[in-house]
Amino acid sequence: MPILTADAICVTYPNGTEALHDFTLEMERGEFVTIVGPSGCGKSTLLRVLAGLLVPTSGRVVLDGEIITRPSNHVSLMFQEPALLPWRTVESNIHLPFEVGSGVHRMPVSRQKAETPDDGHNAQIADLINLVGLRGFEHAYPRELSGGMAQRAALARALATQPPVLMLDEPFGALDALTRESLIASLESIWRAARTTGLLVTHSIRESIFLADRVVVCSPRPGQVAGIVPVNLPRPRTWDMEGWPEFTLRKKQIRAALGDV
Amino acid sequence: MSVFLNRISDVAKAASATRRPPARSDLRSWLVRLAPMITMACVLALWYLLSLNYPPFILPGPQVVAVTLAHKIADGTLIVNTAVTLSEALPGLLLGALFGFAAGYPIARFQLMDRLLSPFIVASQGIPFIAIAPLLLIWFNNGPGARIFLCAIVVFFPITINVIVGLRGISPLWRDLLRSMNATPWETFTHLELPASLPLLLAGLRVGGTLSMVGALAAEFLGTDRGLGFVINQGRGLYDTPLVLAGIVTTVAVALCIYGAIRYIEVKVVR
Repeated sequence: MPILTADAICVTYPNGTEALHDFTLEMERGEFVTIVGPSGCGKSTLLRVLAGLLVPTSGRVVLDGEIITRPSNHVSLMFQEPALLPWRTVESNIHLPFEVGSGVHRMPVSRQKAETPDDGHNAQIADLINLVGLRGFEHAYPRELSGGMAQRAALARALATQPPVLMLDEPFGALDALTRESLIASLESIWRAARTTGLLVTHSIRESIFLADRVVVCSPRPGQVAGIVPVNLPRPRTWDMEGWPEFTLRKKQIRAALGDV
Repeated sequence: MSVFLNRISDVAKAASATRRPPARSDLRSWLVRLAPMITMACVLALWYLLSLNYPPFILPGPQVVAVTLAHKIADGTLIVNTAVTLSEALPGLLLGALFGFAAGYPIARFQLMDRLLSPFIVASQGIPFIAIAPLLLIWFNNGPGARIFLCAIVVFFPITINVIVGLRGISPLWRDLLRSMNATPWETFTHLELPASLPLLLAGLRVGGTLSMVGALAAEFLGTDRGLGFVINQGRGLYDTPLVLAGIVTTVAVALCIYGAIRYIEVKVVR
């Protein structure tokens, strides 16, 4: 049974713009799906619908057999910007998911104290900080981090509750090309270590192939599925694979699907 | 509004030279450090020179006021009456801050509340608060409630405005983040809205703190037999001009203390 099903999603905004038209997608447990398409193909809208932040005009989202109408604890969302709370340290930001929603209910850590009191999650948070490569920056404030480091912290926060599904909305879109490349590679290995289901939206064909088991190609205005391209590359992935025939072939297929529309 | 507040805070920083980093030992930095003292000295000198031309009941010199001040502190007059005024200004500040937050929150969050309340809150600022004071004295039977309430009215507006600015400044992205984590409205308040608007709330309190002294004094002028306002009024009645000036100096000192105390909390909490 698929872990996540988007069934004939249509989204029409109040001003009449049709953002998504009859969008259907199934995700298997543990797979990594990327959605690639030009701007205006409703990628971000789709992710907001799948994450339960936006109710579709018609169609439904089914997660683990349950219809999604509001954000679920089983889905973590990572945005294009890090969205770290500036008055919290890296560690405390990663701790946030434990304090709200289904997390343990208690008052927030004070603004002044850099230390997070241990409530049983600290070891796990330390592991996460190691995993995303931010060891030594536990007590740093977001303003002291570079853009790439801030996104690493945001990734750790998204993974904190060990969500069955991780959704990423162009998470590295605002970063420079070299930082992006290294973060995409990190993301691939972090995703493998976290053993979760991944869904990433991007407008980079290279990144979509690098990460994916399947690439969903989107066409714009209104956003709909233009084709699904499987990627049969071994994991762990490396950027060397970009020269492999499989990579080149998939790139051609994606371009063809994009060109069709 | 916030630009205005920032400038005030800069003035405050310059005035309280104690919290600044150790100055480099060149002449320029010493000059910057001592600048407020220099201004103070100039004002006192000018005051002294002016006072030489007038009898003390018109303009007593600073030395005369200082003697009166010391005398009235020693006999307890100023201390008791300062305590009375504070007992009106501080509860008034608290009450005004609560009302300000209670009004500012729905205005910032809900468009309908904004349309319902904002025009009247802004218009209410056109009413001179001193004109409301007699009304309050009638309603509160000339008790301390009237004076506390007047303070609250004066404090209300800057707090409301700052709460609105603070809450509106919260990025929609953070709201999405909290929503994607399934945060309840209360959790969104405690984990996002309150900490995010805290700096501006405290800045509003800082301005409100000095204003609450103004409110308390104004109310005391209108009829009471205790408080700094009464001391000043009494000095006026007796043509005891040094006493009037001593009362004013005390009021300014107390207002600065409130300002400094809130500034201290701000530095501690907001970093």
